[in-house]
Amino acid sequence: MTRDELRRILLDELGRLAPEVDLASLDEQSDLREALELDSISFLNFMTVLDKRLGVVVPEADYPMLYSLSGALDYLERHLSDRRS
Amino acid sequence: MSEFRMPSLGADMEAGTLVEWLKKPGDRVAPGDVVAVVETQKGAIEIEIFEGGIIERLIAKVGETLPVGSPLAIIAGSQPSSVPQAGQTAPEVEPERPAPPPVETVTETAATAQRGIRASPAARKLAADHHVDLEALTGSGPEGAIVYVDVENWLHAAARQPASPPGTSPPPPARRGREAMREAIGATMARAKREIPHYYLQHTFEFDRALDWLSRTNAALGPDRRLVPGTLLVKALALACREFADFNGYWRDGHFEASQSVNVGTAIAIPGGGLVAPAIMEADRLELPAVMERLRDLVNRVRAGRYRGSELTGATVTLSSLGERSVEGLWPIINPPQVAIVGAGTPVERPWIRDGRVVPAATLMLTLAADHRVSDGHRGARFLAAIAAKLQEPEKL
Repeated sequence: MTRDELRRILLDELGRLAPEVDLASLDEQSDLREALELDSISFLNFMTVLDKRLGVVVPEADYPMLYSLSGALDYLERHLSDRRS
Repeated sequence: MSEFRMPSLGADMEAGTLVEWLKKPGDRVAPGDVVAVVETQKGAIEIEIFEGGIIERLIAKVGETLPVGSPLAIIAGSQPSSVPQAGQTAPEVEPERPAPPPVETVTETAATAQRGIRASPAARKLAADHHVDLEALTGSGPEGAIVYVDVENWLHAAARQPASPPGTSPPPPARRGREAMREAIGATMARAKREIPHYYLQHTFEFDRALDWLSRTNAALGPDRRLVPGTLLVKALALACREFADFNGYWRDGHFEASQSVNVGTAIAIPGGGLVAPAIMEADRLELPAVMERLRDLVNRVRAGRYRGSELTGATVTLSSLGERSVEGLWPIINPPQVAIVGAGTPVERPWIRDGRVVPAATLMLTLAADHRVSDGHRGARFLAAIAAKLQEPEKL
């Protein structure tokens, strides 16, 4: 999966979690929890869809690496490619 | 035979607008069934019936704004709910009846529209009746949905400004929903501050044990089953309320009525502004995973703008938790007719003295605002300490 494909999936899921936010203007570096007003439960919902849709189970200790969209993309790329190899 | 009436969904509610009937004449209803959607200052709320029977006639029409207590429908062969509950809890035991429509379906049809623009069915109908293009409106409802009042305001604004120069549209009715909610919160809180002699207490304690326990528990679980710290707070408060009945109930007609069940209202911020505090019913009897499930469900539905009348009125005590990325503490205001509210700040890492040594520790500041007509600070302090003590033994929650 390319980074762009992965980004589309993440934006799709984030759009479901925060339908009132315009994701087109989302800064990839910004903290998603701030930008999308995700409380701990909404963030957990995000982690849950990563598991369901991509099969990546993110341990709690790794959460900080996924606080931004770019961080999440890095993390997922790494884990998806590890799995292939 | 009895009347199904416009419920009061909060101390501040005077009227509601019927936006949708979910039942029709001839339908059998059981206590706890959602029968209609009413729009109030707090958004669209699903309202339930508390007696069973058959809907004989619908009196109220979609689009009508009716005062609290107005008859909405006639129920034939009604049997009052045999489960007396503080705050009208929907009973768990339901008589035989056809399966109710799943909530998800209701949400799909009512809250969201599939054709591009989000608008409630009632808003669509009103707009269609007056040939208003929904594209021209800005929604103030959940997720920016266009709700009935948006169309109504637009029509009012259009009527007031018949001579607006070509090319200018009427002032956008946007934000009216938010303003209405702000007014409702303001009115309730002003009343609380005016009528309730609040006293306040604060307690800061080590929260490491609870957080460590959570980490260990969550490490073995998939994300869909992990717990958030708020789960522990809800359960600890609920259990403490069992021992301290004078913080759990209502002040009504000049005296305190303790509640048999512990329904924990959980203040949830609405993205974009405002808040509601729907209740987790009988939280003291739920295992932590069940508390988490309810909490998740409430947060998701608040975000989608769908909650039920009994959830808004059912709380017997409230928890206001700032979550993980906020400030150290808050001094909450009691939500009448309740008599106590507990505030939980964001856990803070700080130097702490343990066994004569300065150590780094995560600490939590809990606050209590309680009603002096019902209890005193001495008692309140014991209540707060009891909650803290329960949080020191998370494995027992």
